Amino acid sequence: MYSLLSTQNLSASFGSTQVLKNIQMDFDEFTVSAIIGPSGCGKSTFIRCLNRLHEEVAEASATGKVLLQGHDIYASDVDPVAIRRKIGMVFQKPNPFPSLSIFDNVAIGLKLAGVRRGAILRETVERSLKLAALWEEVKDKLNSQGTSLSGGQQQRLCIARALAVEPSVLLMDEPTSALDPISTAKIEELMTELKKTVTIVIVTHNMQQAARISDKTAFFLLGEMIEYGETSELFTAPKDQRTERYITGRFG
Amino acid sequence: MQRHFADYIFRSYRKRKAINALMCGLLVLAATLAIFPLFSVFGYVVAQGYSALNWEFFTAVPKPVGEIGGGMANALLGTCTLVALASLIGIPWGVSVALYLSEYGGKQGRGRFAGVVRFSADMLSSIPSIIVGLFVYALVVITMRRFSAVAGGLALGILMIPTVCRTTEELLRMIPEHIREAGLALGLPRWKVILWIILKGSRGPITTGIMLSIARVSGETAPLLFTAFNNRFWQSGLDQPIASLPVQIYTYAISPYDDWHRQAWAGALLLVMLVFAMNLLTRVVFNSGGNSKKQGGN
Amino acid sequence: MERHFDVSLRELKEQLVAMAGLVERAIDDATQALQKRDLTKIAHVHEMEKKVNLAHKAVDNSCLKLLALQQPLAADLRLIVAIIKINTDLERMGDQAENIAYNSDRYLRGLPLKPLIDLPVMAEEVRVMVRAAIDSFVKTDEGLAREVLSRDDKVDALKNKIFRDVLEHLKDQPEMIEQGLTLILIARNLERLGDHATNIAEDVVFAITGEDIRHSGSMQTIKKALESK
Repeated sequence: MYSLLSTQNLSASFGSTQVLKNIQMDFDEFTVSAIIGPSGCGKSTFIRCLNRLHEEVAEASATGKVLLQGHDIYASDVDPVAIRRKIGMVFQKPNPFPSLSIFDNVAIGLKLAGVRRGAILRETVERSLKLAALWEEVKDKLNSQGTSLSGGQQQRLCIARALAVEPSVLLMDEPTSALDPISTAKIEELMTELKKTVTIVIVTHNMQQAARISDKTAFFLLGEMIEYGETSELFTAPKDQRTERYITGRFG
Repeated sequence: MQRHFADYIFRSYRKRKAINALMCGLLVLAATLAIFPLFSVFGYVVAQGYSALNWEFFTAVPKPVGEIGGGMANALLGTCTLVALASLIGIPWGVSVALYLSEYGGKQGRGRFAGVVRFSADMLSSIPSIIVGLFVYALVVITMRRFSAVAGGLALGILMIPTVCRTTEELLRMIPEHIREAGLALGLPRWKVILWIILKGSRGPITTGIMLSIARVSGETAPLLFTAFNNRFWQSGLDQPIASLPVQIYTYAISPYDDWHRQAWAGALLLVMLVFAMNLLTRVVFNSGGNSKKQGGN
Repeated sequence: MERHFDVSLRELKEQLVAMAGLVERAIDDATQALQKRDLTKIAHVHEMEKKVNLAHKAVDNSCLKLLALQQPLAADLRLIVAIIKINTDLERMGDQAENIAYNSDRYLRGLPLKPLIDLPVMAEEVRVMVRAAIDSFVKTDEGLAREVLSRDDKVDALKNKIFRDVLEHLKDQPEMIEQGLTLILIARNLERLGDHATNIAEDVVFAITGEDIRHSGSMQTIKKALESK
């Protein structure tokens, strides 16, 4: 039995600067894994490597393996576009597509992939919005602009958009750092529900958030993975001194 | 000591307030003077051209020299034709270049070639329009051995490219990178993201930019002199000379006949109103786009 | 890098150490009262116990505040949790000191049952344990804390010996049963003090290493007992 997603010797660079060094990690199905670490430790780059979004940035490159259900997504015959349908992503700032309605924001992934049947689209939009706990708030204004929603609602719209193409992994890059505490709490609540159907890897600056929502936590520092373990253990008795110093706020 | 300090504070405050009032006054004056030319031009053109605006002016072609009456219907249609031709050339071309610059031109549009292209577009927009006219004359008119609507349209189209391109590029760049990434992260190929999310997302402002550039070229005279030339009759084909409002105005204005002078003023009024209407329409389209967003929020 | 939080933690530790000092003095006075037949020390014990009770509430309050406001993690979290538990142990130790004082008072007002030989030894042993437990907290000394754990067996053995001894004497002097019972109670109080010291030492090890060593000994005994059957 292998993990749903795992990395082997994953390294990443921008130009000649190496930002990730030989990361080995396993993510089990239907769990939430949190990645914490100071700014610039490579945690965002790491999850962007997991759906091959990293390479879309100029001069960015990655080496090593990322295995999804045992298949290397960096193999030469793998289309990154296909990978990104299996591994969705939610970004730091809520980013609904401008000038698109709430409905179209959720449906566009399927629409542009060639799904034309209105019934299927409507069903998917409703299911995704319900999964994202947004349906009740928007069901009467599906034709309003996505950008007309509040920040927290926009972020849940983005989650619904990502879920609509039915990924097996959802990557979240500091999804609540631009939100108020109430919206943050809603999204944290949501993640605990979502992990019943999708495996979540979340990057967060907020250690309490990592502690609240994740099953396992990894600590990154200067492009290296320092420690990865059960969240309850990492936050009460970390094994590495650097982890200890970081989570008790002694870094400097 | 206390007293002295209070005096100091109040005195300096009074002085600062006075200077502030003076400077504000100067700024308001400058702003008022800036709109003065527009309104005086507009007023003068209306006063001079109003009397010659009549049904015949909009429906008739020019009468032979020496006869009173006739109109500019052919020039109006000609201008529309030329602008349509120019748009057919300038918009797809300009938008394509903009797409290249903002989406593909190496390092998110910061590559060396993209830089060259951008610089060239800026240069092109500052080249006098008469030079563009001469260029098309050499390129098209001499090879075809005749003035033509196509040559005129091409000249205007070339003039449109830099403005369309640069405004479109600026607007595409205003869409943050993470919106593109959000599209890519949905498992969509880049071209679909650009076409259906990025371009569609900013179609309102891009349309605005394009309409402004159309308004700009519809009043151009110089590039048409050696390309579309002029035609005193209804246009007979795109490979034939064609009349246009600016050239017609120019021709009538330098003629010795009073009736033609009046018609030139009327043509000028029509042209100004066309440009004005185009700007107004743009404004309305743009604002309605903004309003629909606001309504969505309720 | 020192954090503001470190200052709060240091103050909290100082609060607890001051309380521990009161408890130590209460134990000293209570045991001395019996050994030196000094009834004045008994009044001291009561005073100390009242102060300990106040400190008990104050320390709990400080811990609650730091937990709520600082949301500590890792070593900070372990330290505060340990302090909450040590605090409870110290308060119970104050009560035990008072019990010893009360029982000593009763014993001293009657006729002596026998010369006290093992009881002072046991009292000294317990005092050493308590001091070591508190020292291990003050110095965050894991080795010292583990040493405390190893001493507990000796205290238990002494208690059993005293029980047997007193019973022997009572066989000959059944009319002294009340005095004998009081001595047994005092031995029992001392043994409880040793248990609390052990708890403190276990919490200190947890605060330092994150390792929970409680009940590991008894688990082994249970296993052994099961295996032998």
